[in-house]
Amino acid sequence: MLETPLYDTHLSLGAKISSFGGWLMPIQYQGILAEHAHTRHSVSVFDVCHMGELLLEVNSRLSGFDRIVTPDIISMSVASCRYGFMLNEEGGILDDLVIYRLAKNNWMLVVNAATTSADFEYLKRNLSGEYRLQNMSEKTGKLDVQGPQSQDVLKDIFGEDITKLDYYTFADFVFEKECCIISRTGYTGELGFEIYISNDYVLALWETLLKDSRVRPAGLGSRDTLRLEMGYPLYGQDLDAWHTPLDAGFGKFVDFSKTFIGKDALLNERKKGILKHLVCFQSDYRRAPRHGFAIFDKDQRVGTVTSGSFSPSLCVGIGMGYVAGSYDIGNQLLVKDASAEIPVKIVKRPFLNRTSLLKNESFNEHTKKPIIH
Amino acid sequence: MNIPKNLLYTKDHEWVHIDGKIAYVGITDYAQHSLGDITYVQLPKAGEEIKQASYCATVESVKAVSEVYAPLSGRILALNPELVDHPELINQYPYEKGYFFSMEFSNESEKANLIDASNYERYIEGISK
Repeated sequence: MLETPLYDTHLSLGAKISSFGGWLMPIQYQGILAEHAHTRHSVSVFDVCHMGELLLEVNSRLSGFDRIVTPDIISMSVASCRYGFMLNEEGGILDDLVIYRLAKNNWMLVVNAATTSADFEYLKRNLSGEYRLQNMSEKTGKLDVQGPQSQDVLKDIFGEDITKLDYYTFADFVFEKECCIISRTGYTGELGFEIYISNDYVLALWETLLKDSRVRPAGLGSRDTLRLEMGYPLYGQDLDAWHTPLDAGFGKFVDFSKTFIGKDALLNERKKGILKHLVCFQSDYRRAPRHGFAIFDKDQRVGTVTSGSFSPSLCVGIGMGYVAGSYDIGNQLLVKDASAEIPVKIVKRPFLNRTSLLKNESFNEHTKKPIIH
Repeated sequence: MNIPKNLLYTKDHEWVHIDGKIAYVGITDYAQHSLGDITYVQLPKAGEEIKQASYCATVESVKAVSEVYAPLSGRILALNPELVDHPELINQYPYEKGYFFSMEFSNESEKANLIDASNYERYIEGISK
């Protein structure tokens, strides 16, 4: 099991520790519900040093990188980031990732912990021409600072420039003479930032953040309930190699105007019709659907729950799962295992609206689609 | 870990407060602490007959689902009405406002299967190691 540079700090804070993606990670400190509420109302810091960071330098023809990831990356400006997927030939999702354009020919790929080495090998197999690919994960620390007051907290540490970051952009900042990257991104649905810094400085940055009385530590337990309320998928649960971005309803992160691995399979799927869909559902009481529960339409089994939890903000059970066939918002289904039967109805993604995610940008609910990443 | 002296316990971490022929039932401080934030409780129905060591309730926390077993046989008298909307009372006051239900127990001799506070304390020290 791997430990982040903050492992001892978590123990001294009384964290409950559990393994996740090969890492020993803090699940909670004071409690998942309190950490969830603090992130929605104030600001939390999450140790996510387990995430993978790959650095890629390409030639003028992008070394074939463009055909390895699904979003349009050619149009990306330097200092912006974009969410997307890497697929196999069958269109199955090998990983979801955030792509950072560091310079014209330099990219950072932020990938999941459990898939980092497989992603690295996959990139090596498929890149062409001259390129330089480095796995920086062991040297790179990552702290997520999330919540409506996150910008105010970071302004006090990094200066006024932090307020200039638009959603899904990033810039270089300095902490104790060490250069770090801060992007305005996150996995909670609140206004938030993700900080990439050398492992040598993670502890000092963590301590500086926690000196601010507005900031509290939060673990992976609340990270999971926060992301689920936004309908954000978790790789390994809601996304995997057996489902395509079209099944998952994330076709908008796929650029069909270019060539990419898995494109033929997706075009074929679209032509034939999508057979299963990742849907969001909620119950009208507190009992929670759980990962692995069966989904029934009357007497017929139609799918399986991929993520499920009690929603701390809505005080009802919420979940996601793949179902065969087409269902509309409001349709009733039954989610069950041997000991529980929970009636649910299909709802829109995200479960939760009106968070602090988009602070400056005006968010018109009638004209803008639900924001995912 | 809070383990009141005046209660009896099971090795499944239920507690019983016996008052004449009536028993009040809940889960221990150790149990609520291991489960984390409790978000939902499914209780038996008033009037239902339950059997010692058999399933009688479900407790859900954000991360876990756990079954509760009847510490004694008998008939359910009344449920704690607060738990439907405030299951967090189990975390906050496991031995008071967080009780699950009251019951009329039917077999005095079953008390011999329960353990006292000092034995329960030794028992959880053993499993925490």
